[in-house]
Amino acid sequence: MPAKIACLTALLLLLNGCSSIEPWVKPYERAHLADPIMSFSADPASAAYMHHIYVVREGARGAEGSAGGGCGCN
Amino acid sequence: MQKAARVAAVVATNMLHRYKKLTAFIFLAGTGIQLTAGVLPEDRADALYHSYDGGGVEVTGPSILIRKGDKKRFSVSGNYYADSISSASIDVITQGSPYTEQRTQKSIAVDYLHADTIFSLGHTNSDESDYLSDTTNFSISQSLFGDLTTVTMGFSRGRDDVLKNDASGFKRNVDRNQYQISLSQILTKNLIMLVNYENVTEEGFLNNPYRSVRYDNGSGGTGTQPEKYPGTRTSNAIATRFKYYLPYRAAVGAGYRFFTDDWEIDAHTFELDYRHPLKKHWDFDLSYRFYTQSDAEFYSDFFPFRNPQTFFGRDKELSEFTNHSIGLGVSYEFLENGWNFISKAKASFKYNHFWYEYDNYRDLTQGGTVGEEPLYEFEADVIQLFISVWY
Repeated sequence: MPAKIACLTALLLLLNGCSSIEPWVKPYERAHLADPIMSFSADPASAAYMHHIYVVREGARGAEGSAGGGCGCN
Repeated sequence: MQKAARVAAVVATNMLHRYKKLTAFIFLAGTGIQLTAGVLPEDRADALYHSYDGGGVEVTGPSILIRKGDKKRFSVSGNYYADSISSASIDVITQGSPYTEQRTQKSIAVDYLHADTIFSLGHTNSDESDYLSDTTNFSISQSLFGDLTTVTMGFSRGRDDVLKNDASGFKRNVDRNQYQISLSQILTKNLIMLVNYENVTEEGFLNNPYRSVRYDNGSGGTGTQPEKYPGTRTSNAIATRFKYYLPYRAAVGAGYRFFTDDWEIDAHTFELDYRHPLKKHWDFDLSYRFYTQSDAEFYSDFFPFRNPQTFFGRDKELSEFTNHSIGLGVSYEFLENGWNFISKAKASFKYNHFWYEYDNYRDLTQGGTVGEEPLYEFEADVIQLFISVWY
């Protein structure tokens, strides 16, 4: 377990070192992406409840979380 | 009295046991990793009423989610969720008698923003008469490449106590670790992609203490014995989702998830959704979801004799089955000019209908030759009503 965490943290730090890459979608071009209708889970309480329904009734689990929009528009 | 307790136990098989074990997943999906690159979540409160009705099971209750931050570095959220369960499911009918059950779940989480990084720490507790669960979650979210990319890594550790209502001395444990990596990527001015990977390992008492399997007793009849599951389970799931902004201000989404575990369950999930705003106040949602899975290696609806193998189970969630669901939603935004401390508010209604069809789990209530009863199927309705306020 500590090894997994260390690897993941190292990966994140390495990626951070690449942050000088020129973004191909400029901040002023992200109006559509910032629109609330583009959210993967606009209502967190509702999304959590539906995930609960799925997990209770199905054998599969995991990877259904939403990491948000990620457009940094605000 | 004992029979009633056994029934409850069986129902617990499908509901309780899973409810508890799912607590950690609820946390990750619902309140833990809803992060946007370098931006703390909005201050908002949601009061939700939920209702599930299907397969002889009714579950209703509230969910209250409140989030408040200093709009700079910290944001704290708390969630209270309750289930009131009334069950006469097929498990209960065929192995016990109907029962009622209460479950409460409480979560608290704090997010801390530093530069383009968000650190999140949370804890969730779930409490039932025969299942207790505590899960602690930690995640880091980092925006990269001019905020085109957000990478989130999460870890949670859970510990459950499995009890048995008709056996006061019965107590077993489950330990669970979850590792999650999420990547959110802007692809074009109108298209965004999300990729999630999650590994889950569990160790301990993983089967339901109430449920039994059935077997051929060799004299033309059927015998039963308690299920026996492996003591460990490791699963991997990877999912990708896309959201595209249409030319006339509407959004269409698509998603796929692949799941596999060392119990030999493989599952595929496909999702489509469409959101259409109308005028200033209304949003309409339409969604479709398809799910299919293979059965666990130790699952059988009817075993040939007692103790047929090392592990054996007859949980319909471990059988081979598919389900379809459609979803409809409408929301109305009001107080958009603010009122008192409220900046805006929204009222929402959501409805989902599910069709479940099992390929090797049989409906014993229908009678017929043992082992050749009709395959089980049922439908379910899910209703959500909620009010959201921003402040």
